[in-house]
Amino acid sequence: MKRPSALHSSPVFAELLNGIPHGIAILDRDLCIVTINRFLEAMIGHTAEEARGVYGEFILRANFGSNNQPCKEVLETGESLSIDGNIINRHRKKISTHFTLSRLHDEQEQPIGVLIVLEDNSVAKGADSIGQEHAATNEILGHSPQMEEVFELMSVLARTDASVLITGETGTGKDMIAEALHKSSKRARQPFIKVNCGALPEALLESELFGHVKGAFTGAVTETVGMFRLAHKGTIFLTEIGDLSLPLQVKLLSVLDDREFFPVGGSKKVKVDVRIIAATHKSLRQEVQKGNFREDLFYRLNVLHLNMPSLWERDGDIRLLLDHFLRQFSEKLGRNVTGFSQEAIDFLIDYHYPGNVRELRNIAEYSANICQGQMVEMKDLPQYLFRPEKSSPTNSASIPSSPSPSSVEQIQSVENISGGWAGIEKEMILDALRKSGGNRTQTANLLGWGRTTLWRKLKKYELA
Amino acid sequence: MKIMISTRGDFVSPRFDLSSEVIIATYYDQQLMEEPRSLILSDVSAEILCDLALKENVSTVICGGIEEEHYQFLTWKKVTVIDAVIGPYADVLQLLMDNRLKPGTILPGVTSREVAA
Repeated sequence: MKRPSALHSSPVFAELLNGIPHGIAILDRDLCIVTINRFLEAMIGHTAEEARGVYGEFILRANFGSNNQPCKEVLETGESLSIDGNIINRHRKKISTHFTLSRLHDEQEQPIGVLIVLEDNSVAKGADSIGQEHAATNEILGHSPQMEEVFELMSVLARTDASVLITGETGTGKDMIAEALHKSSKRARQPFIKVNCGALPEALLESELFGHVKGAFTGAVTETVGMFRLAHKGTIFLTEIGDLSLPLQVKLLSVLDDREFFPVGGSKKVKVDVRIIAATHKSLRQEVQKGNFREDLFYRLNVLHLNMPSLWERDGDIRLLLDHFLRQFSEKLGRNVTGFSQEAIDFLIDYHYPGNVRELRNIAEYSANICQGQMVEMKDLPQYLFRPEKSSPTNSASIPSSPSPSSVEQIQSVENISGGWAGIEKEMILDALRKSGGNRTQTANLLGWGRTTLWRKLKKYELA
Repeated sequence: MKIMISTRGDFVSPRFDLSSEVIIATYYDQQLMEEPRSLILSDVSAEILCDLALKENVSTVICGGIEEEHYQFLTWKKVTVIDAVIGPYADVLQLLMDNRLKPGTILPGVTSREVAA
């Protein structure tokens, strides 16, 4: 007991301890801290002065056995122990640590205390754990502040059991987020069932979700349990929830409220314990206003809301994702494509990615396949990137097959008129009439139509 | 004010995630409203303790070492967390009622003699 104190009082001994690149704690026979070195001070967040005299376990906050059992064992038997574990420091950080416990003796070989060496394994394990985490989160990449926010919110959402609504444009990774949420929740070991509400007709979807009993309808030769029962104790992920029909929305609402339902054709209620994660690319609030989505279901699902930012909003992530996917596909294809040329990368960074990460991934895959050299050049990028974008499918589909040059100008000038093609056409006719001073033959020529067509259109739009 | 202290024996447990006992107490105007209640948990887990804190509707959690994610979760749920506290829970409780308890407080009476007693 006296010996370690005497040793501690020697400045040489203190310096010696401080020179060791691991955490060192010296405990007396009562397992109270005699001293700790500077490395351990940094590791645990307590100074040696604060720690001195305090029961070792309270300061170290290690997970090796309760009530300092290993230290007692070492003190009794004199045999050194090596344990892998962790500590939680004052700054709330869990540090993976390798502990080595040895007994200290005096000159008469009498035990006087315990020496604990704490090796910080987090650096070595960091790479592994990051890898595992990424596997668990399906490699959701992103360093942008927007994605940092998403990751931060995800860690909070994973801890709760409430329903989550994930919104975001197509290709932003809503499915991945849902799966990652499930994997990091306490339901992780239970099933994760994904149902696309937009992929099946209403009748089929009801049976798919809630199951049916034998003979419930023609062709129901066997009983089906349904996705809700399959996801029991786990998570059900309802993607494209905005496409769910109104009658099914009612049934889903009752499941959310009561946690029980009747299978199709069944007379016995089924109880389920399921966490619901829903996703949609539509604005549910607008759908509610339009009457396509039930307001009560919207509020029931929207307990926790996570919005995925579109790719163009994610500062600096485009480059990161391009490099990641190119490397991934290059390895997969056995190619030696190392990166993008400056011109190609500048072009790709400026591109606005309407299809978000999914589109970016496809561009990287295309480039890795097409590129013959080491660097992806402009010629190796998909050609559609260089074509001017059409304003909207509706407008482009309705453009006359061979319009005259003047009518093309007119079409371009009226493209942004609201009211669909009918509105645009009416505006075109009025414009042409104005230009021709009301002369119908000239108007018809300007539009590239016959006089009869013009007359018919004028009647249609009540311009005659 | 309802509070929860993760304990081991008579002390605040060194780690929140390894605590199997909690003390739940209610006080008002520096006075305990009733005898603090002790709960023994069947499983040791920070998640169970977080759920318990919410279920019991406590406003403050006092604990030893706690991981950042559990700390953030509780604070997000509007629960005040006073962590890295070392000391006998009765003294800790008194200090809290006196409005003098801060994160990282180390109270006297935490040497092995008292722990063993």
